[in-house]
Amino acid sequence: MPDGSSGQFVRIAGLKRYFDVSAPWLVRMLERRPRQIVQAVDGIDIEIAKGETFSLVGESGCGKSTVARLVVGLYPPTAGRIEFDGNDMAGRRSGADMAALRRRMQMIFQDPYASLNPRWRVFDIIAEPIRAFGLSSDKADLEKRVGDLLRQVRLTPADGRKFPHEFSGGQRQRISIARALASQPEFLVCDEPTSALDVSVQAQILNLMVDLQRRFGLTYLFISHNLAVVYHISTRVGVMYLGRLVEVAPTETLFTRPKHPYTRMLLDTIPDLDMTGRQRSPVAGEVPSPINPPSGCTFHPRCPFAQDRCRAERPVPIAIEGGTVACHAIEEGRLPVEERTYVANS
Amino acid sequence: MAAPSNNPPLLEVKNLRVEFPTRRGTLLAVDDVSFDIAPGEVLGVVGESGAGKSLTGNAIIGLLEPPGRIAGGEIRLEGRRIDDLPYEEMRKVRGARIGAIFQDPLTSLNPLYSVGHQLIETIQTHLPLSSAEARTRALDLLKEVGIPGAETRIDHYPHQFSGGMRQRVVIALALCAGPRLIVADEPTTALDVSIQAQIIALLKRLCREHGTAVMLVTHDMGVIAETADRVAVMYAGRIAEIGPVRDVVKHAKHPYTKGLMGSIPSLGVRTERLTQIDGAMPRLTEIPTGCAFNPRCTERGGRCLVERPDLMAVGATRAACWQHDRGGVGPAIVREAVDA
Amino acid sequence: MATGAAFSGWLHRAADSDIWWSFKSSPMTIAAATATFLIVAVAFLSPVLAPHTPFDPATLNLSDGLKPPVLLSADGDWRFPLGTDDQGRDILSSIMYGTRLSLLVGLASVVVAMALGIVLGLLSGYLGGTVDAVIMRVADVQLTFPAILVALLIDGVVRGLISVKRHDEIAVFVIVGAIGLSFWVQYARTVRGSVMVEKNKEYVQAARVIGLSPLLIMVRHVLPNVTGPVLVIATINLGLAIITEATLSFLGVGLPSTQPSLGTLIRLGNEVLQSGDWWITVFPGATLAALVLAVNLLGDWLRDALNPKLR
Repeated sequence: MPDGSSGQFVRIAGLKRYFDVSAPWLVRMLERRPRQIVQAVDGIDIEIAKGETFSLVGESGCGKSTVARLVVGLYPPTAGRIEFDGNDMAGRRSGADMAALRRRMQMIFQDPYASLNPRWRVFDIIAEPIRAFGLSSDKADLEKRVGDLLRQVRLTPADGRKFPHEFSGGQRQRISIARALASQPEFLVCDEPTSALDVSVQAQILNLMVDLQRRFGLTYLFISHNLAVVYHISTRVGVMYLGRLVEVAPTETLFTRPKHPYTRMLLDTIPDLDMTGRQRSPVAGEVPSPINPPSGCTFHPRCPFAQDRCRAERPVPIAIEGGTVACHAIEEGRLPVEERTYVANS
Repeated sequence: MAAPSNNPPLLEVKNLRVEFPTRRGTLLAVDDVSFDIAPGEVLGVVGESGAGKSLTGNAIIGLLEPPGRIAGGEIRLEGRRIDDLPYEEMRKVRGARIGAIFQDPLTSLNPLYSVGHQLIETIQTHLPLSSAEARTRALDLLKEVGIPGAETRIDHYPHQFSGGMRQRVVIALALCAGPRLIVADEPTTALDVSIQAQIIALLKRLCREHGTAVMLVTHDMGVIAETADRVAVMYAGRIAEIGPVRDVVKHAKHPYTKGLMGSIPSLGVRTERLTQIDGAMPRLTEIPTGCAFNPRCTERGGRCLVERPDLMAVGATRAACWQHDRGGVGPAIVREAVDA
Repeated sequence: MATGAAFSGWLHRAADSDIWWSFKSSPMTIAAATATFLIVAVAFLSPVLAPHTPFDPATLNLSDGLKPPVLLSADGDWRFPLGTDDQGRDILSSIMYGTRLSLLVGLASVVVAMALGIVLGLLSGYLGGTVDAVIMRVADVQLTFPAILVALLIDGVVRGLISVKRHDEIAVFVIVGAIGLSFWVQYARTVRGSVMVEKNKEYVQAARVIGLSPLLIMVRHVLPNVTGPVLVIATINLGLAIITEATLSFLGVGLPSTQPSLGTLIRLGNEVLQSGDWWITVFPGATLAALVLAVNLLGDWLRDALNPKLR
């Protein structure tokens, strides 16, 4: 552990990312419009232990995908710190050291139709990280590696000669996974890896991801809007709302003893496949614009428990039952925690 | 034409076939599909992408995209045949008797006109109302679909609405002429979960209050389970199973439906692995002989490879699987022999 | 062996592709392609095929001057099927050599414009910001000058800088540069637009995650995916470039009469048109029209064939 600052494998502290979506300067001046800043990620802290699956859930626009892209370095953070195995990702280091760090983390994208270069053969797509990091010197070794990767995701080495358009959505996502595994990473950031797939194929991909995790001791940061999928795959779950983490908890705890009113609301919206007659209570309102988020606790306009303090003061996360919650009502004890039970769908 | 039955179905689809001529031959995308929808009933149609569910819906509303075309069978609405109507006639039926809701609300709305303008235009096309009356009706519709501040929102443009609100406007548009049937194609797919629940609740309430039947096309079994009275499961252009939603969801009769239900992660039990159906749905060019599901089926027999099963009754459900035929699935087959 | 197998595999895929299919099913395109192929083949084989070498003064005989086309006059001379000009040059041979020159100038200027446009478009689209703003403003300014004007301007500047004799020697390069410089904007804008779409696609992000440099990403990932529209523009621009060259030559600022292109031939014929010797200008003119029409039809077809929306 080079820096020795933390025992956690991945540590995100005070992470912020703002996007400037203002009109061009001239238009702004002429129409007297103010600068517009989207607070996509507004100060979040996450710690992920080695070998676990940490999931981020939330509705579209809550900033979960931005977190994924910040972690793998596709965007620089506006503020905050990302540590990977004790290394500050923003620290100054040589190109070789940076490549060594990058090799250890990879990303799987949402859309299997956009994440593979349509002009490249599958072999070259999978071989690209191996070549980029110089992990293989001769051709025979490269061919063997790519063949093994294809087999690991239940394709055949002969598939390497084909082009992406010759594969179905599920098969393409397997190719993406094979590519992500090519540099033998330890940490995979998965941005909605199954949401573009049909359910039966989704099950194949989720099973494959679980198998690979066990086999290679991978750590996952899993981004999803599908709570049932998150329930199935995660060790711990963080719930995001308008760029902030409102609740983090071990999976069982989050689903059986949800605390934050937003978490409860999200759980209410899970479709009832068990036909228990439970009414999905439609939640009033929609997610406000992240350009001008509400004051205090950003959830207060939709929250049935909101009080003056919620409108004025931003709640800080407090530790509770192995997780954290950012809610005044919970902190003050006004909102009792209820136990939820689910009937297994056999 | 006099209907022979006392309680005729609102929509009758009989042996519908939709085909796509391509340079590699004609693809049969919907193959011999038959079902009825009763007045006020919600029929869910589920299936994976490419199963033919959206094409079936588009065939009914007469909006098949060329070169796709109806190659056989018939579609009757209230006893009247509608699949062979000329375009202009069908356009009238589509507005007045059948409403349509699509996945992406933005494509159903013209960005250049205010939602009020579009509603009033649609109302006046189908109903003999003055402009003032049409505006009142448009306002009522917007209120009914739950748009807050409808009096001011009526003059707003589509881009000024959020996704959920836009889908409400589309629903109002579909309701303009008081249709008997609404064909809703993935109406909640583009929306967030919390908004999905709102839209589904709205659809359910509207159909209850107006007695409108809904054909709900979706890939989301959860939406079907909550909304539909009956469900048709489609696979490779055919109906694999059709029956009351509770029977299909809880006691599936077709191996494909069973696999599909098992592959949905559920709350309550956390299993190490989900049930998965190996392989993928065949492309239309490569549909196997016999039962189209046979290469992925764990329960297949020799008969499944050669003979194609029709829908057969199993209790209240009908399933296209030889398991439910007296003859059974036929002799067990050695896996290697087939896969080779 | 391996390359043979790869080639036959490629051939097989090409024969199976949508493009080949759309080509086969369009008689107009087949006709255009045949015409283009014939014109190009004859033009480039002109040293072998042409009956005369019209620009070798040693072979010219003034007594052969102004002979009309053979089929249209009693005293037709079969040595000159399309007649001769006032110098006694064979029109058919002149056209063959002239077409070759026109095609070379057209192709070369398209390549210049394409190279310039692709590089600037890639930089502009991928880097964005100030680089993008500067390149696009230059493009805007460029667009306010018609291509002919730009070419005239460049030609004029070059003429002012060097002697007339030197100018005739480098006239081809001047005109290629001039036309190339006036056509780059369209490529740059198209490439920029495509790049801005492609660079946000996940496969480009995947390449960024493994730390590839922007230059590598542009060349390896983005460029191959924006070639389709560039190819279409190139084909359509080929016709335009040939016309522009002909126009410049007709105006007398293009290629000199010692190495005449189709445009030069039309100008030379135009000077004697009043005296009734129409064949000197009409035949080169018809050849130019046929060539440009065929190339444009091919371009139209290519645009439709590569447009996924129309497929």
